[in-house]
Amino acid sequence: MAGENGNGKPHKLALIASRGTLDWAYPPFILASAAAAMDWDVAIFFTFYGLPLLKKDLKATVTPLGNPAMPMKMPFGSESFQKINWPIPNLLMGNIPGFESMATGLMKKMFKNKGVATVAELREACVDMDVQLIGCQMTMDVFGFEKEDFIEEAEVGGAASFLSYAADASISLFI
Amino acid sequence: MSDITIDVKLDCTGMLCPMPVVKTRKAIKGMEVGQVLEMISTDPGSMPDMHAWAKQTQHELLEARDEGENVFRFIIKKTH
Repeated sequence: MAGENGNGKPHKLALIASRGTLDWAYPPFILASAAAAMDWDVAIFFTFYGLPLLKKDLKATVTPLGNPAMPMKMPFGSESFQKINWPIPNLLMGNIPGFESMATGLMKKMFKNKGVATVAELREACVDMDVQLIGCQMTMDVFGFEKEDFIEEAEVGGAASFLSYAADASISLFI
Repeated sequence: MSDITIDVKLDCTGMLCPMPVVKTRKAIKGMEVGQVLEMISTDPGSMPDMHAWAKQTQHELLEARDEGENVFRFIIKKTH
């Protein structure tokens, strides 16, 4: 059988998505969709700031504040202009009103120009390939999320649900 | 390789990881066992990724060729 773990069962990938900014939204959805494309069983457990990634209206943003290694590049102009890494001090970026939405817009534009799928497209691919998307009940209660806020394919579970799934997973990652 | 008949063609031009493998999987799902898929991509990462994909899914990668100028051509036979 395809994608076997050696015991006649398909490989399993267990992910925890704990961060919901645009940059951190990509890794779980990319790994999950790639694994599902290889016929693996995949579950993503969304907790804390990862929960908004389950919302019907997906609006991930990114901030340079606290991301000192984030390159500041422009997704337009000549090739040499686009390669410039703008030396804007982190403290300054984080304090200019509107800088976050500008950084988000620039990152989205850059990803689009390069041919990277949007987070929403990747999530849709995951849903199409039956990736289990599980919202953490406890953090939903704490942050005031209702199951109705999430896409209908989302399930709800607790730590024991994740651990039970991950117990025989080939790969488990906390993102 | 001229004796291979292509049943389905998939164009992944311009797409980056993980879309070429995601689209390939979808195309394969819709095919009959024994049919052959041709996938074209422009992502250099799809070369190692398609080998990994074929290893994991056990579909037969009959050909994986760097056509030059960032064009990659894959011929895959659906085996199960």
